[in-house]
Amino acid sequence: MSAVTDYASAFFLVVGAFFYCAGTVGLLRFPDVYARLHALTKADNLGLGCVLAGLAVQAESLVIALKLLLIWPLGLAASAAVSYAIAHRADTLGLVPWRKGDR
Amino acid sequence: MTGLELPVALFLLINLVVALVAAGRGPTPADRMLTALLFGSTGVGMLVLLAQAMHLPALVDVALTLALLAAIAGVAFVRRAWHGGVHDERGN
Repeated sequence: MSAVTDYASAFFLVVGAFFYCAGTVGLLRFPDVYARLHALTKADNLGLGCVLAGLAVQAESLVIALKLLLIWPLGLAASAAVSYAIAHRADTLGLVPWRKGDR
Repeated sequence: MTGLELPVALFLLINLVVALVAAGRGPTPADRMLTALLFGSTGVGMLVLLAQAMHLPALVDVALTLALLAAIAGVAFVRRAWHGGVHDERGN
């Protein structure tokens, strides 16, 4: 394994860890359900994509790398469907989105 | 293998433990469900990292299953479980 793939892998892993951290901080700090959905479904999935890319770079064969990279579309589709369902349900139940100046 | 896999996996685990605070805080049922979804996406990342670090390719399949289960749990929650409780338990 060359040094280039090692560095690329380490870079992607660290970036992925950063985005996971951003997602968790968003989940803790954002004011309402709609905003927290953003943190969860966007930042976390970007972190997942970066981690998967970092591991696919150093995979032994192309098949393993492709399998790793196929997890990402699954995660993206799943989180898109779930976030839409939760936001739609919250809106139906009458949950008012947070506005600047509340609380 | 760069040696970063296990530290990053540990970092993700710390993220999950911190996210439990959000699960306890609520206030709506959806907020608690969001933590379950976070366990899904972060758990997938952790499992993939462990699969690489420990040379256990089967863990990648576990990660795929976990991603699917998190999605199904989220949809089931919305369709079946969340019928009220917009206002939190503290009454505001």
